[in-house]
Amino acid sequence: MEDIIIIFLLSLLAITAIAIIFMRNMLSVIMLGSIYSLLSAVIFVVLDAVDVAFTEAAVGAGISSVLFLSAFAVTGKRQVLKQKNKLIAFVTVSLTAAALIYATSDMPYVGDPNAPVQTHVAARYIEQSGSEVGIPNMVTAVLASYRGFDTLGEVAVVFTAMIAVLLLLLRREEEELDREK
Amino acid sequence: MKNNPVIKQTSFLLIPVILLFGLYVQFHGDYSPGGGFQAGVIFASGLILYALIEGQAKAEQVFSMRLARILSASGLLLYAGIGVASMFLGANFLDYNVLADDPLQGQHWGIFWVELGVGLTVTSVMLSIFYAFTNFK
Amino acid sequence: MLSGLYNYWIAILLMAIGFYIVIAHSNLFTKMIGLNIFQTSVFILFISMGKVDGGTAPILSEAYTAYSNPLPHVLILTAIVVSVATTAVGLALIVSINRRYKTLDEHEIEQQELEQE
Repeated sequence: MEDIIIIFLLSLLAITAIAIIFMRNMLSVIMLGSIYSLLSAVIFVVLDAVDVAFTEAAVGAGISSVLFLSAFAVTGKRQVLKQKNKLIAFVTVSLTAAALIYATSDMPYVGDPNAPVQTHVAARYIEQSGSEVGIPNMVTAVLASYRGFDTLGEVAVVFTAMIAVLLLLLRREEEELDREK
Repeated sequence: MKNNPVIKQTSFLLIPVILLFGLYVQFHGDYSPGGGFQAGVIFASGLILYALIEGQAKAEQVFSMRLARILSASGLLLYAGIGVASMFLGANFLDYNVLADDPLQGQHWGIFWVELGVGLTVTSVMLSIFYAFTNFK
Repeated sequence: MLSGLYNYWIAILLMAIGFYIVIAHSNLFTKMIGLNIFQTSVFILFISMGKVDGGTAPILSEAYTAYSNPLPHVLILTAIVVSVATTAVGLALIVSINRRYKTLDEHEIEQQELEQE
């Protein structure tokens, strides 16, 4: 039953992505992008990644759509959506995808408990985190305690991205003021 | 959109719930799905909704751009500070075991403060990015 | 089993779609959306790898013994938040480009560059 749900949701996701290619209107592209994120959040719930689903629903469907819309409002509404070099792009992409799909024949099946991903460090997290860290949510335990250094780096990246955005967008206003003087 | 009464009333019903849920996700993240990253984006989306409905001037009275910049830096500093604190107490960087007498209690405190730092940074980064885009003309 | 590799195929299909949009569409704004689709395909690939049959969400409880792998969840959780921050940097660049060239079409931008020389 779960398999059918996942296949159905993944197919919906693929259809949404294909629809984005053929859209002519920028606003509908942004809204489809939002739907795409929400669908992937649902898929994450079915695949047991509840924490990820939370984040994807708030970020993908909420904040990033708002950012796209406000950037769209600034850049002007008369955007022409054109495609060029369709054939070259299609051939390149198909070749890449075909090579990758051929490579999946070596992959362990989804959900296989003996796959290499499940047998190394994950077993330690699942068995020991209760006694070593003492909190029930393993994702939080790994995020903040086992891989705390990693997370510190990620927070620094987010902070740096904010600095970059403020530099790019706010410096322009000051230049404008200089010009007016 | 600002003058549509339906959108305005529904949003005013929703915003307190979103903010409260953000706090719940932040402080209950040890026991249920949640944590600093999720809480940060949920809290920020509540405030962004307020800014969309009431305009940026009113939103800045609640959470000014200056406050966002200060909080984003202090969240990162809080995170790194916990690491430095555990170094001063004689353990490795970000090893929370020494933060309290009992190692498990120490882990608990460490995770609490680290997640708080993450939440502060993520909320204020998302807000100041949003402000930067809406300010741009 | 039909569903054994289906998740990976869809992830590859989504990656291909994102890749195609980045190459074929000449509008910088649409390219950003293509990149977002590309990113989400990577998220789905990772989360699919972490799934364990019969497992449940990785939150310790006495009622369950099998859990899905928490490590990909942690990696992707942080990747999503970083992705929105980097998307914002990209959009800020696009907004600056639009102010300078008054267009977002990469061919028109090239044209203007040639005319200036």
